[in-house]
Amino acid sequence: MLDKKGIAKRIAQELRHNWYVNLGIGIPTLIANYIPEGIDVEFQSENGILGMGPFPLEGEEDADMINAGKQTITPMPGASIFDSATSFAMIRGKHIQLTVLGAMEVADNGDIANWKIPGRMVKGMGGAMDLVASADNIIVAMMHTNKRGESKLLKQCSLPLTGVKCVKKVVTNLAVLDITPEGFKLIERAPGVTVEEIKNATEGRLIVEGNIPEMKID
Amino acid sequence: MNKLVANVQEAVKDIESGMTLMLGGFGLCGIPENCIAALVKKGITNLTCISNNAGVDDFGLGLLLQKRQIKKMISSYVGENDEFERQMLSGELEVDLIPQGSLAARCQAGGSGVPAFFTPAGYGTEVAFGKEVRYFDGKPHILEHALSADFAIVKAWKGDRYGNLLFKGTARNFNPLMAMAGQITIAEVEELVEPGELDPNTIHTPGIFVQRIFQGEKYEKRIEQRTVRQRENS
Repeated sequence: MLDKKGIAKRIAQELRHNWYVNLGIGIPTLIANYIPEGIDVEFQSENGILGMGPFPLEGEEDADMINAGKQTITPMPGASIFDSATSFAMIRGKHIQLTVLGAMEVADNGDIANWKIPGRMVKGMGGAMDLVASADNIIVAMMHTNKRGESKLLKQCSLPLTGVKCVKKVVTNLAVLDITPEGFKLIERAPGVTVEEIKNATEGRLIVEGNIPEMKID
Repeated sequence: MNKLVANVQEAVKDIESGMTLMLGGFGLCGIPENCIAALVKKGITNLTCISNNAGVDDFGLGLLLQKRQIKKMISSYVGENDEFERQMLSGELEVDLIPQGSLAARCQAGGSGVPAFFTPAGYGTEVAFGKEVRYFDGKPHILEHALSADFAIVKAWKGDRYGNLLFKGTARNFNPLMAMAGQITIAEVEELVEPGELDPNTIHTPGIFVQRIFQGEKYEKRIEQRTVRQRENS
């Protein structure tokens, strides 16, 4: 089974040279720590920076330089800064090659819910609805089950949707799954996890074809 | 052209209860601290505030929420604010949550003479309820209307008495868009400079969009999530 870092490491393997990438808050943010060697990517943060770099050294924090999670950051050489309308022009205009975000629920048709639990928690969608409505390549990074042990990979989302039929791939602590017209297709197992365990933790339609390889994670 | 006002009190003197305000900033980054403090002091109520976030419990728009001065918030993300969540879930506060890109575009449209536009964001979600849907290139889009406000209140790094503004780092965010959309736009700046000092090639907001400008005081510029990496021992 993977921890959150492991999920980030596995998704980092999906990065390709010269891609512009938007990483959501939480597990996705960790992906920036595991960029494969020889791959040059630029991270976009929707509050208005392209070329987001590492956190600042202690004492060098700048209140005017943050990411979408409101964390202090530094710009990389070659970074650019812009207003929110320009930022979402990049997002809606399909100039970003990969979007990774977290989710509360994903359905086997690619629907995603990640912004609201009616009557209990309402934080807002932030930029998530714009991102999922336009991006061609959306990966969800999340745990396979919730705190009560219930599957987060469902036939149908029970929570208010963020977007419809948009997620292409899900990477969890148990597995890598592609979203296909027939449902979740199991691509890889996390180290030490059996197909049976993945079946038990997946409520949505699951396709298992042939031998399912174990992920290779450093 | 002289848009200079003496101080924050003069800048906000005719903002009244029941008005609609746009306030720039993302989280606590690039928020008009001086004007927010002055609005708290003025004690006006029933405000509709259009702002990406609602501050934190004890800073930014959270200060206006604490005093129940806000009737309605139009935002994209309101986490990190317990009082906000409490007022919203109890029904004391009206809240219109809209996708961040749509919020930016609606402000920009409001100041640009574009009454409405179609966007894919929010299609198939509760954001789309009651909105016209049209297909372009086979893909569904929803109609979103421009936003406007009695006052837009923005915060810039530098500005001159013509109203020209320069923002610093990611404090730019919604500020230039909201500056375009106010019936009256108030800009508070960290540093007021003489006309000509700002290079015309680098001005972010041309002065035409700004009606009042003043140099703010005592910026706290609070950091919401201070995150650092350790220095390597040398």
